[in-house]
Amino acid sequence: MAYDALIGPFTEFEFMRRALAAVIALSLAGAPIGVFLMLRRMSLVGDAMAHAILPGAAVGFLLSGLNLFAMTAGGLIAGFAVAILAGVVARSTGLKEDASLATFYLASLALGVTIVSIKGTNIDLLHVLFGNILAMDDQTLLVVAFNATVTLLVLAVIYRPLVIESVDPLFLRTVSRAGGPAHLAFLALVVINLVNGFQALGTLLAVGLMILPAGIARFWSRDLTTMICIAVVAAAVSGYAGLVLSFQTRVPSGPAIILVATVLYIVSVLFGRVGGIVRQMFPGRHLEA
Amino acid sequence: MAAVHFHNVTLGYDRHPAVHHLNGEVARGALVAVIGPNGAGKSTLLRGIVGILRPLDGSIHLGGLDARDIAYLPQSAEIDRSFPISVFDFVSTGLWRVAGLFGGIGKAAREKILRAIASVGLNGFENRPIGTLSGGQMQRVLFARVLLQDAALIVLDEPFNAIDAKTTADLLALVKQWHGEGRTVLAALHDMEMVRNHFNETLVLARGPVAWGPTAEVLTPENLLVAMRMCEAFDDTAAACAADDINSRAA
Repeated sequence: MAYDALIGPFTEFEFMRRALAAVIALSLAGAPIGVFLMLRRMSLVGDAMAHAILPGAAVGFLLSGLNLFAMTAGGLIAGFAVAILAGVVARSTGLKEDASLATFYLASLALGVTIVSIKGTNIDLLHVLFGNILAMDDQTLLVVAFNATVTLLVLAVIYRPLVIESVDPLFLRTVSRAGGPAHLAFLALVVINLVNGFQALGTLLAVGLMILPAGIARFWSRDLTTMICIAVVAAAVSGYAGLVLSFQTRVPSGPAIILVATVLYIVSVLFGRVGGIVRQMFPGRHLEA
Repeated sequence: MAAVHFHNVTLGYDRHPAVHHLNGEVARGALVAVIGPNGAGKSTLLRGIVGILRPLDGSIHLGGLDARDIAYLPQSAEIDRSFPISVFDFVSTGLWRVAGLFGGIGKAAREKILRAIASVGLNGFENRPIGTLSGGQMQRVLFARVLLQDAALIVLDEPFNAIDAKTTADLLALVKQWHGEGRTVLAALHDMEMVRNHFNETLVLARGPVAWGPTAEVLTPENLLVAMRMCEAFDDTAAACAADDINSRAA
């Protein structure tokens, strides 16, 4: 019974196996990016970027219909353009990055919805906005896995300056010029992972598999490495449970994954070891030192 | 050769000067206090020296030193202490000059880090997240990082602000140790007694140089009064600066 409910869908259906592989790849790459987004107080920046990729994806859709390659390429171009423009404007004018990004993403979102509505139907718009991980083919899965691999490699390269820039940016500026390139590379990784998630979850929910696991991890550890590991596990568990939930109840897969992550988040807010509400209410006896 | 040479340097933000037309040099191995009221431009000057802020006019030359020969201790407010990083990892960033982007931290480096942490009196704090430290403990951590940087020029921005007498005495001893080792030390300070007793050279700043030289000669009631009367103007309609204006006023 439990086997049929929890394992059966994946042994029986290839599209479920592909979807599971995709969410694991998304978790491995997206969750660490989400942790850095949260720690750099850029969670909403990630959300804004998710909207920013829409016009590119929409142009891809306009030119090739629901062709995932065209939409991915378009999304990447639009995302990079907005990330780099917002980053350059913020760094060269002193305007805060979130304010700079807000301008660009709003323009992008308006443009994207306009483009989709010119050619598409409401169903097309729903697909772009919310994705469909169950419709993923082998080629798309390879693209997702490739993007995840690139993300982890680049993150390994920029990890040290990224950490130092997050905690003490002035220090990094005095000892190295790596801060600027690391920041831009990080924004690029945000875009890559949003586009990656966009295949599965759509533009509106793609950021969810990055930010929610990061939020969960924050309630369980004060150590960066541990937080990243917890975030990856939380994302993968949400992905798996969301797929099962979607399969069993016919709830759309993207929202199902994000809803499971939300449940894990609520549990963490309540019972988390670091700052959880219950822990604060019943902290136990104080220590000697 | 001077460690730092100011050539008619003006530093500021968005065309508004915070320090006007500073000329002079800091000798190698000098121990210099930079004093002045809030808004006098002390932090701005230090940021200019370490290369974070580009001069609006003039230039700053660091006699043959590059960025990696400078250790800078900013005001603690600039650091995000909610970031999940341990004391050990934070101090280890002081090894950037040798470790860079990819260099590993081997056994010898680990021992060096532990020694730096111990020498600021924080034995046993290695695994503590920096967010759980008191203001004084955090300042000790910052000094440990400076220690690890092993720099020829050390720039300290209000290093003794809001810390107790014991911590101040311990950290001041470190500053004097660096001076004794022949390193050049510049520190922005507010405590006149400390400057009088421990720093042999002083720059009195009030958005421009008021006086600069041996502390005993510079730290006079007259100079301090001039500094106190500093004008904190910030006027978008102000005319472009006439280059010699501030120098003639100071004279």
